[in-house]
Amino acid sequence: MMARAMTTRLALAGLLAAGVLGAAGSVRAQEEALPAEHWTFTGIFGTFDQETLRRGFQVYKEICSACHSMNLLHYRDLAALGYSEDEIKQIAASVQVTDGPNDNGDMFDRPGRPSDAFKAPFANEQAARAANGGALPPDLSLIVKARKGGADYVHAILTGYGQAPTGMTMQSGMNYDEYFPGHQIAMPQPISDGSVTYADGTKATTDQEAFDVANFLAWASEPELVDRHRMGVKSVLFLIVLAALLYAVKRKVWAGIH
Amino acid sequence: MSASAKPPVFKNPVVRWIDHRLPIFSFMDHELNEYPTPRNLNYMWTFGSLAGIVLVIMIITGIILAMHYTPSAALAFNSVEHIMRDVNYGWLIRYIHMNGASMFFIVVYIHIFRGLYYGSYKAPRELLWLLGIVILVLMMATAFMGYVLPWGQMSFWGATVITNLFSAIPLVGEHIVTWLWGGYAVDNPTLNRFYSLHYLMPFLIVAVVMLHLVALHRFGSNNPLGIDMKGPQDSIPFHPYYTVKDMFGLAVFLVFFAALVCFAPNMFGEPDNYIPANPLSTPSEIVPEWYFLPYYAILRSIPNKLAGVIAMFGSLALLTVVPWLDRSPVKSARFRPIYQQFFWLLLADCFLLGYCGAHPPQGWYVIASRLGTAYYYFHFLVLLPLLGLFERPRPLPMSIGKPVLGGGMAASAAKTMEKQ
Repeated sequence: MMARAMTTRLALAGLLAAGVLGAAGSVRAQEEALPAEHWTFTGIFGTFDQETLRRGFQVYKEICSACHSMNLLHYRDLAALGYSEDEIKQIAASVQVTDGPNDNGDMFDRPGRPSDAFKAPFANEQAARAANGGALPPDLSLIVKARKGGADYVHAILTGYGQAPTGMTMQSGMNYDEYFPGHQIAMPQPISDGSVTYADGTKATTDQEAFDVANFLAWASEPELVDRHRMGVKSVLFLIVLAALLYAVKRKVWAGIH
Repeated sequence: MSASAKPPVFKNPVVRWIDHRLPIFSFMDHELNEYPTPRNLNYMWTFGSLAGIVLVIMIITGIILAMHYTPSAALAFNSVEHIMRDVNYGWLIRYIHMNGASMFFIVVYIHIFRGLYYGSYKAPRELLWLLGIVILVLMMATAFMGYVLPWGQMSFWGATVITNLFSAIPLVGEHIVTWLWGGYAVDNPTLNRFYSLHYLMPFLIVAVVMLHLVALHRFGSNNPLGIDMKGPQDSIPFHPYYTVKDMFGLAVFLVFFAALVCFAPNMFGEPDNYIPANPLSTPSEIVPEWYFLPYYAILRSIPNKLAGVIAMFGSLALLTVVPWLDRSPVKSARFRPIYQQFFWLLLADCFLLGYCGAHPPQGWYVIASRLGTAYYYFHFLVLLPLLGLFERPRPLPMSIGKPVLGGGMAASAAKTMEKQ
């Protein structure tokens, strides 16, 4: 009896809802499914490949950093990529950083130090927009964590440039990208075959460059990832053994009860 | 094995001296050691102590985070990243705290549904249940304000949407919202007061948990059979039986917790919250944390804002009257064949609402969330009272101890078995 009452009620509610909203269902804009790359840092044993990270940093330094800041990173962080202390000093010193005020109250430029944050390409948001046709190049420190799809998304955006399909009107200054939401992206295609020359002899295809820089950005978003995975494996194994032991103790303590 | 009535004698003279003047050791012995507990509690009863432990974990990690966090609209986002990148094991502390909130809600929701299944809210445990609801509401407020603190896009827009709910109150709504914000938009004053309250409320939760425990220990735990302890043969001392059982439960729980923190710390999070708050750019979808999704679905299922807000808060308020809506004298769903079915339907309904809450209110999601909301209210307001009147419960066992003691222990045991 209860069941029937409920069914009737449900059906009534359903009819009501259908009546009110029958035709209201709108279709959401279909986003392209991102191609899934094979990343070394996924899975519980996932880790970063230092050579890939260094190539990715090269792509960032030579290309992306012209417009995109990475404010949360410091030159000292590059030690995780396998750079020596001297190499990091050299990389930091290649930029001029404004410091001060000095004893005379003046600001001054000096070469960067490992403790400095990555130098931003623009002084402020207005300067960045003015130089980029009104668009703001986002800070890349957290980009892999801040986008659905993560590193796959970054890789797909960088390799997804192409001709707009016929019939699609592009706004002025916009570029067609298969994987960007809405397909119109203000950033012109940043990398292509041979955009960089890798010191280790890796062939610099568009795909390779995108893969490398996506790896680098994934590391930048989660520099703790390798430590975290290691700690996870150790602590989960430990806790499983502990749980098994406690279960044995529990059985023993309860033996007299059952 | 049975509960002893005489006070404990402590061997240590210092303990004896203190206990004579301040009977804290007697108290602990009474409440944690010889405390008589039904002998038949299953693992669903572990979640109460788990919730207490998660609360402690949240308070400890939260206090450490507060040492490094800066509650200022200009600095909050970067101070969280400072914790993630520069503070020693800051990422661990923060991920434990962030995922601890999710684990807390998982544990507490299981705890609540266990109470619904076994009728733990029924006399004489109504106040115990009510205090539990108070804890849930405090937890929700604390979690909501905590989610605002990283000052990411979802923090900011979530705070905007949720505080705006109060604007649905007629006449004074807008004023209340301005008062909550401390200004005309969610901004630095909002962040500061949320931080202050986020630090305060866990300690209020601790206080209500204490009351919850006092109320619990007045009559002791309910149990899977839902019948009272009738004598010493039905109970066992809390220690060592349930301390060791809860320890095992805790270890299993920590396996999942550690795996979540170390392997998928952002699984329950929104990528948008790693974008700094920007009042000029609204995210394409504003989604609350998963533990609020069923309520969010109820809110959005009703086209009128005020009615939606009432329906949402009503879904919580409804829980406070459950002890009086359910008139069945039988507690445990094991002996209530029809209630048992509807219990699982209610659980499925809450999952459906959660699923709808995660999707934009369009098309079938609207219809499904309306059906879900309708059933939620129907379950508590109509089914529960009617079942109490019309359902024929299965016969109850005579006592807790006898059916589990096994043959030969008592003459009546066999008789009890037959009855089942």
